[in-house]
Amino acid sequence: MSAIALPRSPAARGSLWRRVSSQETLLAVAIVGLAVFVGLTNPRFLAANNLADILLGNAYIAVAAIGMSMVIITGNIDISVGALIGVLATVSGSLAVAGAPIVVTWLAPLVIGVAVMGLQGVIVAYLGIPAIVVTLGMLSILRGGLISVTGGKWITDLPDAFHLADIEIFGVIPMPVAIMVGATILAAAWMRWWPQGRAIYATGGNAEAARLSGVSPRHTLVLVFVLHGFFAGVAALLFATQLRVIQSTTPSGLEFTIITASVVGGVSILGGVGTVVGSTLAAILIAEITSALVFINVSPFWTHALQGALILATVIADIERRRRRLAGDVR
Amino acid sequence: MIAAEGTSTPLLEVRGIEKSFPGVRALSNVSFEVRAGEAHALIGENGAGKSTLIKIMSGVYRPDAGSILIDGRETRLATPDDARRAGIATIYQELLLFPELSVAENIFLGHAPKAGFGRIDLRAMRGRAEALLASLDIDDLAADAIVGALSVGHRQRVEILRALSYDARILIMDEPTAALTETDVMRLFDIVRRLKARGVAIVYISHRLDETFAIADRVTVLRDGAYVGTRRTGETNSGELVQMMVGRRIDNMFPKTDAPIGEPVLETRALVRRPLTKSVSVTVRAGEIVGLAGLVGSGRSELAQTLFGVSPAESGEIRLMGQAVTIRSPAEARARGVAYVPEDRGVQGLVRPMSVLHNMSLAALSSLAHAGFIDRAAERRLAQHAVEQLGVKTRSLDEVAGRLSGGNQQKIVLGKWLANKPKLLILDEPTRGIDVGAKAEIHRLMVEFARAGVAILMISSELPEVLGMSDRVLVMREGRLVAEFDRAAASSQAVGAAMMGDTSATEKAA
Repeated sequence: MSAIALPRSPAARGSLWRRVSSQETLLAVAIVGLAVFVGLTNPRFLAANNLADILLGNAYIAVAAIGMSMVIITGNIDISVGALIGVLATVSGSLAVAGAPIVVTWLAPLVIGVAVMGLQGVIVAYLGIPAIVVTLGMLSILRGGLISVTGGKWITDLPDAFHLADIEIFGVIPMPVAIMVGATILAAAWMRWWPQGRAIYATGGNAEAARLSGVSPRHTLVLVFVLHGFFAGVAALLFATQLRVIQSTTPSGLEFTIITASVVGGVSILGGVGTVVGSTLAAILIAEITSALVFINVSPFWTHALQGALILATVIADIERRRRRLAGDVR
Repeated sequence: MIAAEGTSTPLLEVRGIEKSFPGVRALSNVSFEVRAGEAHALIGENGAGKSTLIKIMSGVYRPDAGSILIDGRETRLATPDDARRAGIATIYQELLLFPELSVAENIFLGHAPKAGFGRIDLRAMRGRAEALLASLDIDDLAADAIVGALSVGHRQRVEILRALSYDARILIMDEPTAALTETDVMRLFDIVRRLKARGVAIVYISHRLDETFAIADRVTVLRDGAYVGTRRTGETNSGELVQMMVGRRIDNMFPKTDAPIGEPVLETRALVRRPLTKSVSVTVRAGEIVGLAGLVGSGRSELAQTLFGVSPAESGEIRLMGQAVTIRSPAEARARGVAYVPEDRGVQGLVRPMSVLHNMSLAALSSLAHAGFIDRAAERRLAQHAVEQLGVKTRSLDEVAGRLSGGNQQKIVLGKWLANKPKLLILDEPTRGIDVGAKAEIHRLMVEFARAGVAILMISSELPEVLGMSDRVLVMREGRLVAEFDRAAASSQAVGAAMMGDTSATEKAA
């Protein structure tokens, strides 16, 4: 049997088409298309400060969705992240009010986020307990604990220096946007070009095959949860420092919005497929939709219903695509 | 076509079947028939159109052209239900059973005997299930056993009984022996013979020619979606059938040639890993192919997994290239030059949603990384080289691996180890479930590796493969090595007897 030469052109055409039809491209088109559509209805939607508000107010969701995407790509899920962000924001704000050095108030949520998520990763990876159960338990602990400790009070009188989100790099780029873009690019590059990043996809695609190829799914899982905790810490910091007050309860439905961003961004709920560029674009799209509802006079209460519809449509499309892709040769 | 003697009209006949899928002509002008009391084997390489044809005969696909005749009358099979009503039952490779339900419930699911108010008559259902079991003399299976706890052989029997509960007259079996132990294969053949005696027509799809000769009366060969020919099994031989399947003669089904045999690469002494590796001592030398024979459950795969660090040894010694080593994880095994192609490529070997490229480089990522980065150009070169060397048929390196045929998937699982330049290659059932052409290529590659000085330990349940490829044959039974044969001394009788353990002497020695 002679070696099979790979025809160049169909391969190139295939990857070009794949690029054009990718989830990332579709999302980018949707973001622009929606802006044009709503802008025609109500030009105020396109005002610079509205567009900036959309990005600034939701950058933390995109950042949290980076870690969430990694978790889902390994074939797991985390529903504790919304509660964790609430706790981390409260801890950070309380430290600031108590007069702790600013650096400490910024580092604390990162360290605690890594510790909490790392613990959950170890439980999932080494005790073999499904992530949905572990994180559901953690969700209750965090949510219940926070309410008991703070009584739901608001944290006010935050020192000015605490507000990381107010910083503008070179006086123009707001910190939340810089962090969102920077974190997305770094994470995407890491997942694409580093062996441990590739291991995430292998673990989610077939953990047993990964293990037998010398890639450790357990180490990968713990690493992914640790990174997820780090990104949750960054998200909490952006969330805590963007307003003058911190409501010390956990934002309701936040985990749902974050998971929606990942899934709509093209991360397969079955694991093994997806990118963080997609999840960041999806987070922007979801924020844009929420804002657009106001501008076209639809009750914002529809936001959740729309998110639900979006998630269902994406999941159905994903399953359908996967079925076709994995159907094998039809003969 | 050659008609079977005795009967007049075929029970099931298809004529001039055409079927296309977008971009693929799956079947063109295919005809096939099966008569009452006959077992008719359908063979061909993967992609020859066997699966499409049985799906048409089971009402899953509708043909673009051609006719289906049942008892000589033209019939439309628009749905699987139509086929079932026409007396056609199909047993697919993946058994479609409900693990939480009992044997009787599985058999009668959807058509259970009813008592008043539509209530299922549990007693009648059980009684009928027992009658069905008794009709095939199956005395080691209870009607109320839970299916999830049964062996593969028993589950398959439940599927057959389910077909019989519908009074099926035509039974289509898609590679029924792929996952069976030798004993279960024998029992399956016994059941097939009983059904034939009752006048059931059997369509039997298989990759194994020896089975075809053992069980079928006639055999039809498909190639590339076209009908090649039908032969009576008594009037043909495997050489002719293989030639019909591949369209070219494979002169030597096993291309084994002698490679210079060098120093020991792997030596184990009294290796123990409970429960199935009990004091195993083996030696495999450079350039040598050692076949490891044994029944399913004899501990062959467990030994392989211990050597590869999946389930590390509890005691005993492993020496690689003369050095005593401990292997506690697959990563350690890989670092020491051991490669392992697992038994079940779908579950253990291939990351289906990942590309061919990324599957090929999965075991070599650390060596491809410079300063943390994966060198993507080097990665592509590596994968391209492996694809060419192994003859993987893929449209591009970026193709999703799960889309390729079984033989090509297996080549990828093998190919990902090439970059590591393994010293010891452990192959567990390297050719199970892949077509004859791909099988021959895998065998050729094994010989090539051996000539390059790789030590190969091959586990196989196919005796001809073990005998045809090995320099030495080791036989395992109940976790121990019970016999060893040189190439010259290894005969199927001797190896088979050692596998079964039918001499009391070896029993005592072990």
